[in-house]
Amino acid sequence: MDTHASTTNLPDSAEAHAHAPHGEEHAHPTWSTYWKVATILGLITVGEVWAYYIPSFVAGRGFVPTLLFLSGLKFTIVVMFYMHLKYDHRIFRVLFTGPLLVAAITLIGLMFLFGHLFIKIM
Amino acid sequence: MTAPATHLPATHAPAPAPHHYTTLGLDSRKVGIWAFIGSECMLFVSLISTYLIYKGRSVVGPFPHETWTDPTTGHVLKPILNIPVTSASTFVLLMSSLFMVLALAAVQNKEVAKHTRGERVLGNSKLWLWMTALAGTTFLGFQAFEFTSFVHEGLTIRTNLFGSSFFTLTGFHGAHVTAGVLWLVTLLAIDYRRGLGSRDSLLVDIAALYWHFVDVIWIVIFTLVYLIK
Repeated sequence: MDTHASTTNLPDSAEAHAHAPHGEEHAHPTWSTYWKVATILGLITVGEVWAYYIPSFVAGRGFVPTLLFLSGLKFTIVVMFYMHLKYDHRIFRVLFTGPLLVAAITLIGLMFLFGHLFIKIM
Repeated sequence: MTAPATHLPATHAPAPAPHHYTTLGLDSRKVGIWAFIGSECMLFVSLISTYLIYKGRSVVGPFPHETWTDPTTGHVLKPILNIPVTSASTFVLLMSSLFMVLALAAVQNKEVAKHTRGERVLGNSKLWLWMTALAGTTFLGFQAFEFTSFVHEGLTIRTNLFGSSFFTLTGFHGAHVTAGVLWLVTLLAIDYRRGLGSRDSLLVDIAALYWHFVDVIWIVIFTLVYLIK
């Protein structure tokens, strides 16, 4: 079921758009998109838990990267579709991804510092 | 010096219009919540980093994924994490995000005419706000169950490094979920008192952003703490 759930129909946003002539905000997704996204998120979670119960896969090299990828994918989907970062103004993306990037670099740096990650040279 | 406001003729004073927009034309409240979420990212990454740094460095059990035998008593402790229960709570929290976007969409489309029963259900903001709050409370119930069972099995915040970092990380997250549920309850109170309309969509949008952020943090915690051994 589709609706025109666009922020442009709303009084608040209407004024916001009047101040933002470049029109960087777009219509939010429809109800059907939200349901599809929820299904995808549910399926990915089922896949993650399923993978946890496969001993041969857990013991293999691909387990951790796969889980990290799936977790990152879920994170991105929620941020893009449910938090509307895909549709909202660019400044919100900067406000979110900037600190997230700093935090991620800090995390990776700490992992190297405390020996949880290392680079094998030669 | 400007004259005190009380000296101005009330009939000629223009009514102060609510003005929350920045020079970019964006609502300052929304800019504020995104900046807050950015700072919260750093908070949670510091807690996650602490957990990961201490991971596998506990001297005594119980351990998250491994069996441990107490050398003094000979008592065998099983891996403490309960993946099926946490998977269920993760699913509940994911679904709460769906309910939250449906609540936002319902508020945004309040004035749009609804012709079918399905449209009326989807357009019922009270229903979706209730569902979101209920899912959040269920998640908290799962967490309370988990914490209680851990304490019964001998893991407290003072037992070992795993206990300290685990309870701090998940406890902080639980506190955020609790704040989110209280926020939802205030929105419900407004909805019952005077009805939430499209003019209130930003209020719900800001609450929704916070709620989804709590959800994405749990997505990361679930993988790093529970699934990766």
